[in-house]
Amino acid sequence: MSELLKVPTMAEYMAEGKQPEVLFWVGCAGSFDDRAKKITKALVKLLNKANVDFAVLGTEESCTGDPAKRAGNEFLFQMQAVTNIEVLNAYEIKKIVTACPHCFNTIKNEYPGLGGTYQVMHHTQFLKSLLDEGRLTIEGGKFKGKRITFHDPCYLGRANNVYEAPRDLIQKLEAELIEMKNCRKNGLCCGAGGAQMFKDAEEGDKEVNIERTEQALTVKPEIIAAGCPFCNTMMTDGVKAKEKESDVAVMDVAELIANAQDL
Amino acid sequence: MSYLSNILFALILIAGIGYFIRNIKKLIRNIKLGKKVDVSDNRSQRWRNMAMIALGQSKMVRRPVSGLLHVIVYLGFIIINLEVLEIVLDGFFGTHRLGLKVLPVSLYGFLIGTFEVLACLVFISVIIFWIRRNLLKLSRFWKSEMTSWPKNDGNFILYFEMVLMTLFLVMNASDVEFQALNSGNIISQYITPWFSGMDTSVLHVIERAAWWLHIIGILVFLNYLYFSKHLHILLAFPNTFYGNLKPMGQMTNVESVTKEVKMMMDPNVDPFTAPVEGAEDDVPEKFGASDVQDLSWVQLLNAYTCTECGRCTSECPANQTGKKLSPRKIMMDTRDRLEEVGKNLDANKGEFKDDGKQLLDDYISKEELWACTSCNACVEACPVSIDPLSIILEMRRYLVMEQSAAPAELNSMMTNIENNGAPWPYNQMDRLNWKNEA
Ligand code: SF4
Ligand code: SF4
Repeated sequence: MSELLKVPTMAEYMAEGKQPEVLFWVGCAGSFDDRAKKITKALVKLLNKANVDFAVLGTEESCTGDPAKRAGNEFLFQMQAVTNIEVLNAYEIKKIVTACPHCFNTIKNEYPGLGGTYQVMHHTQFLKSLLDEGRLTIEGGKFKGKRITFHDPCYLGRANNVYEAPRDLIQKLEAELIEMKNCRKNGLCCGAGGAQMFKDAEEGDKEVNIERTEQALTVKPEIIAAGCPFCNTMMTDGVKAKEKESDVAVMDVAELIANAQDL
Repeated sequence: MSYLSNILFALILIAGIGYFIRNIKKLIRNIKLGKKVDVSDNRSQRWRNMAMIALGQSKMVRRPVSGLLHVIVYLGFIIINLEVLEIVLDGFFGTHRLGLKVLPVSLYGFLIGTFEVLACLVFISVIIFWIRRNLLKLSRFWKSEMTSWPKNDGNFILYFEMVLMTLFLVMNASDVEFQALNSGNIISQYITPWFSGMDTSVLHVIERAAWWLHIIGILVFLNYLYFSKHLHILLAFPNTFYGNLKPMGQMTNVESVTKEVKMMMDPNVDPFTAPVEGAEDDVPEKFGASDVQDLSWVQLLNAYTCTECGRCTSECPANQTGKKLSPRKIMMDTRDRLEEVGKNLDANKGEFKDDGKQLLDDYISKEELWACTSCNACVEACPVSIDPLSIILEMRRYLVMEQSAAPAELNSMMTNIENNGAPWPYNQMDRLNWKNEA
């Protein structure tokens, strides 16, 4: 299958003197994390299917600086930001789509002040727009009637008020969208944000991802849908810790759509 | 002789208001110890926020039970204060129920009747609040930061309200002339039987006592505010006005860092040449915050506004899973330290004498700071637009940029970003390898 993936780089576009419709910002997790790479590929398949003219930066992409900034290292963050902005501006990028809410938030909100202003979309928003424009069609397929609950990523939901796009997509699958008690504005963090992903938690009586997984499991879902590679890891670990991995799958919204179509 | 009570009244009133103003001045001075921030943007949005969140209590009612009770107490408080206007004027002029002289009896009765009903509702609400705190022991009121003064403070205010409302109703009930009007005594008519058989002169003494205690009680309450979480009844207004308008996920970019980074990245700047003229004025700024003076004045206003309701803490993922971090405690610590700094200034003629203490470590521990996931649940939950996360971030900045005191795992994450552009030890040149992996 992978040989079918068309993933042009900006450098290639540049060489041909062309400009893509949108830049796909893959992000560190999407590039290197085994689980997240599957999300990346699912999204690429959908972009290919919808004939979206996109490109990636490839080896010219570098960490947005989000974890450094949230850990308090403003220097490192700004070094990363300024370097990335130079690359993006050199390619005259106007529109960016990313599957990582942390990259989304950072580029959308924190780059403009440093000279990088772009239209930034989370992949669920972008997929929704493809759908609305009729460039992509979703059929329920294998998820029809399945109980799916959506875990709001903090940096997509509360941080940027994006609640509907992922839900609209899930509903398009004709799945049964069930909400946790703590959802949308009141969604509980998966425990990964603010650079927590990269360290052990402080002493307490529970891990945050276990708490969140328990909340998800109370609504008895067949699938926990996520919209963030870090949430995905945390929830997957949580489901494993609860020994529920044979009953409950953790999947990104892009994977759901790609799988529904057997891409 | 008859002027004696007017004079006494005026003196008490002046003393009460004078002391209050003195403390408010102190409060403003302390808040101004914070760094300047530009909040002059988006005036109309700010007014709207203040109207919705502070005046309209929009965020309070997200929790319906406490929200509704709070709205009753809040409305009661504001509306019953119209009655205080009459009390003050009566006190000054030595009149009795001045309102009756200027308003038709029916209107006066309607007003007082409304006040009585509200007073009764406030009384009931306050009792329910007390039960929630002390008998039902709602967990957010029993966290580790809610012992001693914060715990008592919460209850004192409730007792205060109970006493003030009772005094108001007793004052009306024991007022023979007012009861004789039989207009507006909706609630107090049921209290009069307590006094049946008493001599009119005794009733008069009771009525006068209730009157005096009521107004003195209000003045005491006014002056209690500065020392209490109840300061929010005033500060909620400026605080919601100056609250953050940007997306919650957006953290500030530190300007002084931007300057340095731009300089480092600029190929035309030779880092070894002497600094350009004027640059030496740029005193190397301290990065982040280790004490209250390093925070912005809005963050300090936040601290004084915090009503210690604990909605933030009860939504905090770190706190819910037993970590030491409590966003409410971050705000309480900031206020306590700011008060300490203020007292230091008072004692040393306005000059801060190093007391060997600071907000970091002496109040807020590193363990608390590193437990935060920056999820913004606390910010979302706060009914008065307080941003505890921004303080946590400033203190992390200090730890990392001034002290290189990040946890070891975070240091390796940052080294990875620095060396290979990803938080993990993968080579940047391998970033597109996924494309060809099966
Ligand atoms: S941002 Fe930090 S302090 Fe606030 S709720 Fe989330 S983890 Fe707790
Ligand atoms: S910060 Fe806000 S939510 Fe938290 S205790 Fe204070 S007033 Fe309540």
